[in-house]
Amino acid sequence: MENVGALSLLLAFCVAIFALFSSIVGAWRKNLFLVAAAQRSVYLVWALITTASGLLLYGLIEGDFRLQYVASHSNKAMPLLYKITAWWGGQEGSLLFWSWILSCYGAVVVFTNRKQFKTIMPWVIGVIMFTQIFFLILNNFVVPPFQLWAIGRGIITLPDGQGLNPLLQTPSMAIHPPMLYLGYVGFIVPFAFAIASLITKQPGDEWIHTTRRWTLVTWLFQTIGITLGMGWAYYVLGWGGYWAWDPVENASVLPWITATAFLHSVMMQEKRGMMKVWNMVLVSATFFLCIFGTMLTRSGLVQSVHAFGISSIGNYFATFLAIGIAATVWLILDRLEFLKSESHLESVVSRESGFLFNNLVLLASCFAVLWGTLFPVISEAVTGEKISVDAPFFNKVNIPIGLFLLFLTGAGPLIAWRRSSPDSLRRNFMWPTIAMFVLMAVLFGAGIRNEYALLSFGLCLFVTATIASEFIKGAIAIAHKESMNVVRATIELTYRNTRRYGGYLVHMGVVVMFVGFTGAAFNKDLIVEASMGKSFNIGRYELKITDIKDGDEENYAWMKAKIDVLVDGQKIDTMEPERRIYKASRQPTSHVDIRRRLNEDLFLNFAAMATQGQGAVIQAYVFPLVSWIWVGFWVVLIGTIICLIPSKIKYSYARTEVVGTTTTNVSKGSHAKT
Amino acid sequence: MKPYMKFGLVIGIVIATLAWLAVGGVNETKTYYKTVAELQQMGDRAQGKRLRVGGDVVKGSIQRSGKEVSFHLVQQDGAAKGQLLKVTYTGSDPLPDTFRDDAQALADGHLNADGSFNANKIQAKCASKYEAKPGQIKPGTEPTNITSKPSRS
Repeated sequence: MENVGALSLLLAFCVAIFALFSSIVGAWRKNLFLVAAAQRSVYLVWALITTASGLLLYGLIEGDFRLQYVASHSNKAMPLLYKITAWWGGQEGSLLFWSWILSCYGAVVVFTNRKQFKTIMPWVIGVIMFTQIFFLILNNFVVPPFQLWAIGRGIITLPDGQGLNPLLQTPSMAIHPPMLYLGYVGFIVPFAFAIASLITKQPGDEWIHTTRRWTLVTWLFQTIGITLGMGWAYYVLGWGGYWAWDPVENASVLPWITATAFLHSVMMQEKRGMMKVWNMVLVSATFFLCIFGTMLTRSGLVQSVHAFGISSIGNYFATFLAIGIAATVWLILDRLEFLKSESHLESVVSRESGFLFNNLVLLASCFAVLWGTLFPVISEAVTGEKISVDAPFFNKVNIPIGLFLLFLTGAGPLIAWRRSSPDSLRRNFMWPTIAMFVLMAVLFGAGIRNEYALLSFGLCLFVTATIASEFIKGAIAIAHKESMNVVRATIELTYRNTRRYGGYLVHMGVVVMFVGFTGAAFNKDLIVEASMGKSFNIGRYELKITDIKDGDEENYAWMKAKIDVLVDGQKIDTMEPERRIYKASRQPTSHVDIRRRLNEDLFLNFAAMATQGQGAVIQAYVFPLVSWIWVGFWVVLIGTIICLIPSKIKYSYARTEVVGTTTTNVSKGSHAKT
Repeated sequence: MKPYMKFGLVIGIVIATLAWLAVGGVNETKTYYKTVAELQQMGDRAQGKRLRVGGDVVKGSIQRSGKEVSFHLVQQDGAAKGQLLKVTYTGSDPLPDTFRDDAQALADGHLNADGSFNANKIQAKCASKYEAKPGQIKPGTEPTNITSKPSRS
């Protein structure tokens, strides 16, 4: 069976090479037969990788412990869901998963576009297959998933496997990697279209229109993946937080930042025909950062002092990145004249400049995160000393950037294209600004002295007010004209221009998330070593330990504390933080208990048994407003889905939207948006 | 070209501010990664710097007295194999469960004038070969650079 799996991977590798060449030669020689053959080959690659993946999954589910991968990531006792999860729980399997998703995307792209874009499709296939070949090299020759124990080890099979890392055995970790992968891998589609349109010297922005949905969907997947990761870190790792700026997290957020910048700056190209080179750079940067992120998490590049199992895999990635980036840079430079801007910036106070600054600070943030993540590597190369930077560095740079972006979120969409008159500025921004300062004064009066927190709450209200005013103005106008009630008018308004109002909703979600982030300024934490019957205070809570127990299960040993939560002497809850030590891996895990409320979470972690006596070490945290992050995420999700629904009125809105612009895009008037 | 001048100015200000923040951030938080042997080579230069020293916990060296825990780290490989460093832990977090004899540990703190090391954070990993895979983390400790998170992506 493992031979069939390995063979189909090898065949997939050969077919992918064939697809690459026949596609490019076919485009070159205008040989439709070869192009068609390449398209079929894409399906075949998908079928072959699917076969291999299916076999690996079968091995994981059935417990075929002759396979190294199965033995080290699955065991008999695990529930089915986590046996499947084990597919992406380790190096070999997760790279196969990458390959598989890539081949799925390839097949879907070919299927949905087979009748159109005759000139660029061969090149799109070429780019996708080039990447596919790279991953198949890894799957076949570097980290093959179908390794048997017997090779050089004298073991033929094991009675039972190691099981999946217990920390990964939670539902959100089961879906987090697939989401992130869908987001990471999916960015190859916009990238492939961009490159293909550069190669074939396509006039216009066809690739942007074609890939707009792809971009949005993959961005959404990345967002879901990152948020799930945050949620997981929050309730599984038990260290009391959702973001630690560690290299793995940074790797996942880097492409998300550039993708966000790209989503915004393409609007400049669609509306005004500007920033064409920049968009090429952004879409390429996003794709390469996706690959880079995979490399960072897979190769142990950054955690070098503690890189267990340093593998040569990093070199393969580095080579791929070097070739890819060099080719892309050359291509962009060579095609510069096709990317000339069709119009110019006219004023600092304009929608264009809003986008420009949005991009500038997003990129600055991306650069700072990248720099901080690679600081140990860079400093070692330059000074010979390995120096790392910690979370405070990232916070120091990114908090001001975040606040500036928050401001732009409110201000940008309300500033007119080209230039804004002082009068319209006053009309749009007077009340939101007043509201902002009133709120800040009130909060200051209430005793909040943290400048960033004050500013953040103020800006959150500012943005909310601007977004609300947009909805209200539009809805009232429609309600008047069509004599509807306001609620229906709001829905109608959104439906008429889903992209614009969906976008506002996404912005609103971001604001809600920012409220949650700002809560972190008021976190409280406490570590106590307490025995039964003792009580201690954190925030407004009085915590009383009523019981400490330990016990033994089949899979793990556990220790548990029972803690009564009192407010003003009234018992409101009982919480039971638990600590488990898994027997197979000897790995301890925390099962924190969180009392989630909209205003604040009470978070208790059983950190350890006390060093002396019968007590327990309890870490208690109060996290104000943390739930707002998850609420905001749902708003972002809904907003993005609304953006994906086609607008009811496509053409007329676009024209009214951009009165005064003279570019060719506008006369095409194809896409209405913010 | 006047708008472009203005743009240039604003962009310059934004970048300069961020660069200033970044430099400040680096200086505040930079931590030198050293092995026990490298730390000894640094000599006096190690004074006053924030350091993160990696080595193996010497068997039987862990001693607890009240809240303080002291132990020895040993250089595991290379030419200077066997060099020792005395570490005293005075932090408030409970020590990770993985911190025991023979574990690989990272001590975060400062070098004292007498050549011993004062740590306020300890991170540790089991030295067991079977577990020596990327992506295992001990809960209860901050998932910083010592361990990659379990293969999340």
